[in-house]
Amino acid sequence: MFTVETLEQIKARLETAFPAARLELVPNECPAGDRSLLVDAASGFAVATFLRDDAALKLDFCSNVTGIDWPEKELTEKIKVRQVVDGVEKEVEEVKKTVRPGFLEVVYHLYSMELKHGPVVLRLRTQDRTSGTHLPSLTPLWRGAEFQEREVYDLYGVLFDGHPDLRRILMWDGFAGFPMRRDYIAPDDFEYEPTPHDEVLAEAKKHYPAEVKP
Amino acid sequence: MSAVTAMPPKNYEVKPKLDDHGQGMCELLEVSMGPHHPSTHGVFRMDVVLDGEKVVKLKPVFGYLHRNHEKIGENISYLGMMPYTDRLDYFCSMTNNWAYALTVEKLAGLAVPERAEYIRVIMAELTRLQNHTCLIGFFVQDMGALGTPMMYAFREREKILDLFESVSGARMMCNYMRFGGVRVDVNDAWLAQAHKVVNEYGLFLDEFEAFLTANEILLARTQGVGVIPKALAVSASLTGPMLRASGVNYDLRKVDKYGIYSRFDFKVPVGDHGDIYDRYMVRVLEMRESIKILQQAFRDIPAGPVMDPKSKLRGFRPKAGEVYGRVESPKGELGFYLISDGTPNPYRFRIRPPSFINLTVLEDMCLGHNISDAVVILGSVDIVLGEVDR
Repeated sequence: MFTVETLEQIKARLETAFPAARLELVPNECPAGDRSLLVDAASGFAVATFLRDDAALKLDFCSNVTGIDWPEKELTEKIKVRQVVDGVEKEVEEVKKTVRPGFLEVVYHLYSMELKHGPVVLRLRTQDRTSGTHLPSLTPLWRGAEFQEREVYDLYGVLFDGHPDLRRILMWDGFAGFPMRRDYIAPDDFEYEPTPHDEVLAEAKKHYPAEVKP
Repeated sequence: MSAVTAMPPKNYEVKPKLDDHGQGMCELLEVSMGPHHPSTHGVFRMDVVLDGEKVVKLKPVFGYLHRNHEKIGENISYLGMMPYTDRLDYFCSMTNNWAYALTVEKLAGLAVPERAEYIRVIMAELTRLQNHTCLIGFFVQDMGALGTPMMYAFREREKILDLFESVSGARMMCNYMRFGGVRVDVNDAWLAQAHKVVNEYGLFLDEFEAFLTANEILLARTQGVGVIPKALAVSASLTGPMLRASGVNYDLRKVDKYGIYSRFDFKVPVGDHGDIYDRYMVRVLEMRESIKILQQAFRDIPAGPVMDPKSKLRGFRPKAGEVYGRVESPKGELGFYLISDGTPNPYRFRIRPPSFINLTVLEDMCLGHNISDAVVILGSVDIVLGEVDR
């Protein structure tokens, strides 16, 4: 972090400016990496505007926009529970399972070209991975996010509200699915081979069950 | 009869003129330039709408070379991804290697020995020299100077690629850097040869500039064409020579001082008008600064190891965490954003491609210009489709 302020100070100032916003510092286990600021989707645009226009920060350069897929994950946690075993009360370790719902995340790396500091890492999360994948587009603030947000839409399926031209960019129009998601299954591009064997034979049987003889 | 004829309007009206019934008097023509077109520098397509010869609308179409590098990165080990970075911007594999190695070193907390840092600077600046030389050759070719300038550029580039080949085994796909250093050391004979090439490079630049810098055709085709104002350049996240030609002094070698760049004495050339000519000139001046850096590096390079003894090539598992690393590649800011979850493969592998993001303003630059200017404007952006489409 090269900014004059620490991320805590920025967060405190944001909290006074936007009392309704839910802000959270996301820790980073890597010592050389930067911690990031998680903002709820509803106040994301207002917070980003503040970061860009604030005189002490002037984050005029949106360097990098990244989409990340966090699928539903089962978290296991060991907790100690008092239980009566054979008439004696004992402390027993029990594994508690919780399910963290899946979501998509978009990370913005913001720098200042004028004051030459940064980055401030801004994170926005969608509600879920299916129907609530809407996030505010930051392209009206930083033009440089235009193609990158299109790419995140293309590969992850995040719908950016307010984006001027939200189309697929790397995949072709009419392509179904979002290939960078963790659970994406690539289409089976099987090519015919006259004498299939091993894995090719197994694939061939799947494709042409009637024609292929073992 | 008045002797004064009206000057043509400077800002072309985008809307076609309408007659009394609200009908357009001229017909708009939609042209699909590319994906196989000599001027698109690879498989790149521009959907252009023309009014006569003027560009009214221009939409770039990407993805013809898309192979989803980022997905490959998630399914391969950290080290296994190193050769893939060569194939991003295949003109500058050395700087791609460096950007990736720098990011992983940040993630895993590895140090780089002194000598390896010098070798990295030498390789990166040689890369910058050959990239800018070739780019100028290509883009002069886009203006119609067929063959000769590009052959001059390629002749010089080959000398640098010979150096790369003798040290890494490959001309273009060098795969030379490792986490915590470089793969093999360079010997004194190599350094002497590289020094000779660099010493002669200034003479070549003088010759190249004598033909081009004040060339009447080049001036006519480039000055005032494809202008990007300073505010738009910053807002559109332009980086590299594209940004600096618009008058923004932002060079990561000075801002981040990654590696050992703080030790070198060099200047950052900054343009004034943001047109194509400034982009050309910024690149020429940057090459002169690169030669200065290289001379200092050859003077100061110490003896010693070239790999961090702590770095592990096999079974490399950085701790969980995330990191963003970036370097000033010849085309702009090349960044890698890695998220590790403690497994041998990255959880997320993101590439910030400079030439892809520099294309954001392609339409803004081309509107109102002739279709032939659009070709030159695209040439001045300096794109490599391996990196744009990834």
